[in-house]
Amino acid sequence: MNDVAMLQGVDSGAALPMSRVALVGNPNSGKTALFNALTGSRQKVANYAGVTVERKEGRVATASGRSLSVLDLPGTYSLRARSPDEVVTRDAVLGKLAGESAPDVLICVADATNLRLVLRLILELKAVGRPMVLALNMYDIAQRQGLRIDLDGLARDIGCPIVATVATRKRGIDDLLAQVDGLIAKGALAGDNTWHEPDAGEIRDAHREAQRILKAHVRAPEFPDTFTGKVDSVLLHPVAGLAILLTLLFVMFQAVFTWSKAAGDAMTDGFTLLGAFVAHHLPAGLLTSFLTDGLISGVGSVIVFLPQILVLFFFIILLEDFGYMARAAFLMDRIMGGAGLHGRAFIPLLSSFACAIPGIMSARVIDNKRDRLTTIMVAPLMTCSARIPVYTLIISAFIPNRSVLGVLSLPGLVMFGLYAAGILSALAVSFVTRRIFWRGAVEPFLMELPAYKTPDPVNVLRSLYLRGKIFLTRAGTIIFPMMILVWFLSSFPGAPAGATDPAINYSLAGRIGHLLQPLLAPIGFNWQMTVALIPGFAAREVAVAALGTVYAIGNADASPGALATTLQHHWSIATGLAFLAWYVFAPQCASTIGVVKRETNSWLWPAVMLVYMTGLAYLAALIVYQVARVCGLG
Amino acid sequence: MHDMLAEPQGPDAVQGAAAPSLAGAVRLSGARPGDKGIIVEVRAAGLSGDHGVDVDELQRRLLEFGFVEGARVAVLHEGAIWRDPIAVRLDDMRIGLRRRDAADIWVLLDPR
Repeated sequence: MNDVAMLQGVDSGAALPMSRVALVGNPNSGKTALFNALTGSRQKVANYAGVTVERKEGRVATASGRSLSVLDLPGTYSLRARSPDEVVTRDAVLGKLAGESAPDVLICVADATNLRLVLRLILELKAVGRPMVLALNMYDIAQRQGLRIDLDGLARDIGCPIVATVATRKRGIDDLLAQVDGLIAKGALAGDNTWHEPDAGEIRDAHREAQRILKAHVRAPEFPDTFTGKVDSVLLHPVAGLAILLTLLFVMFQAVFTWSKAAGDAMTDGFTLLGAFVAHHLPAGLLTSFLTDGLISGVGSVIVFLPQILVLFFFIILLEDFGYMARAAFLMDRIMGGAGLHGRAFIPLLSSFACAIPGIMSARVIDNKRDRLTTIMVAPLMTCSARIPVYTLIISAFIPNRSVLGVLSLPGLVMFGLYAAGILSALAVSFVTRRIFWRGAVEPFLMELPAYKTPDPVNVLRSLYLRGKIFLTRAGTIIFPMMILVWFLSSFPGAPAGATDPAINYSLAGRIGHLLQPLLAPIGFNWQMTVALIPGFAAREVAVAALGTVYAIGNADASPGALATTLQHHWSIATGLAFLAWYVFAPQCASTIGVVKRETNSWLWPAVMLVYMTGLAYLAALIVYQVARVCGLG
Repeated sequence: MHDMLAEPQGPDAVQGAAAPSLAGAVRLSGARPGDKGIIVEVRAAGLSGDHGVDVDELQRRLLEFGFVEGARVAVLHEGAIWRDPIAVRLDDMRIGLRRRDAADIWVLLDPR
């Protein structure tokens, strides 16, 4: 309060209304770095109303005490929007975005070393008529290259003030704010909006005009960037480039898998201990069950994903900021394109080997809506780490530990087969989707390969922090209620007095399980399995504990051996194999469903996913069970 | 390579009386690494087949990325599988694109 009063005192004495500023610019212009330099930690991230485009807003006060609300709009080459992100940018600039007021001032952010395309964007922005400041970012690199820009001449020519900035070193920020402040203080009003979608001829004209401006005010660099070209000749080499990419992906996958595993396990243990502590100190009953099995394990199931998400996004942000991501997409495009996916889809799919949650979240690197949706839909088919406990249990129970061809072990071979089935089915599903449902909807693949740049540690950490926060607040708020629902189904109603069967048998989950059993009989599932599938919706690995519960084997997680022996007695080999086939496809993960809902902003796609994956699972289990029976394994 | 800004054959040159004819021009989709030249026409012919967007939209996107008549283009790299996609230097930028999307870009190659 005091600060506000003081600031007002310094100024004319009247409270200045908050002014709105929007950052616009090409991708890779350092726009987000400039946004961070302007607003520091005073940032808020949400989604724009009705679309899954990130809305980043921050606050900053100018020297004169005016407070500004700064909006970081998605990067674009043109106002002729082609993706959901670019639609937001266009509508925000035009002041047509639902729930947003038009910006008072635009800050156009340009990479000073790469002005050609942004000049064309500036010409489009000028047509919109809003007061504008041009921030020539990465000016230090331009100077180092000996690029000469006649700032005054350029400013006169394009008709707006220009400020040279180095966002990563916070240089030029005060100057930029002063210019914005000046425009607002002067009462610069939006002029007539003459913007319309340019046709081919107008785009050509704009390029010609941009070329003229460039020639008049910019002199070619004396020491041009040769580094990028040299690095590219290795990283984009058909053989060496692919080898480096695969090595990098391997390291990344390993890191997500192993680095985060320790942290994730520690958290799981922590939550288990907390649950045990609560259970120990409270009388056994419904409340305790809710606290331990519902609340604590529900919160736990959200938090355990955090390390994986942070490790994965650390790599993604680092590679993106370095400029490598576009190269990786270039190298993978043909492989991904064969299945109807965009080159960038390999990151989400690869991450899904660890866990589909970070994988689905990272699908945001894909601009096109359909490409992004297809990737999200097939990501859970990749074999995630939560399937491993299930696979291990069933394999140890039903696959004899024999060697094949002398060197390969049969269990290892089966495990490999399960992984391969996941990959092939993901590619097949996306192929079929793009060929049958979205025929011909393959977007052109046109991508700038930006100059390599050293990632700025502060920006990397800030982006990483943002990812973690987004996951906890958005995904968490939907995963958690689902966990409570699963707990409710497995606990209500409780077992009657003197009951001999496990309590779950009397619960809603038990009843649903019994009800569904005839449906699952053709795939060889008995009622115990069907019942275990319901709590197994919490997460795939929960199925192990759930099977332990229905077969009344305590602590099945800790000693899977006893459970494996029990399963051998109760299941045929055909049933065991059918269960494996089921788990390759079945959407037994409430968190995935929750995160798909968040990322697609609709219940339609999680529903489609639930239906198609369950359908595939049923079909696969049916074929495996019936074939195995014919082969005498029933 | 880096004197694109001072390149005498800018778009203005194309505007002049000596606009190059299409004779001898090739599709960028067929070019190999090392090929370089000047873009003489960006069409909306759509011979490249089944696109998710119509040919006029593809043409506009190409133009927006700077594939305009008069721009200098050089093929730098190509993908490992079926030599696709290609990475090109376009004036002072680097761009990656699929060959099928590059079919409507006609280039007059410099003699090698």
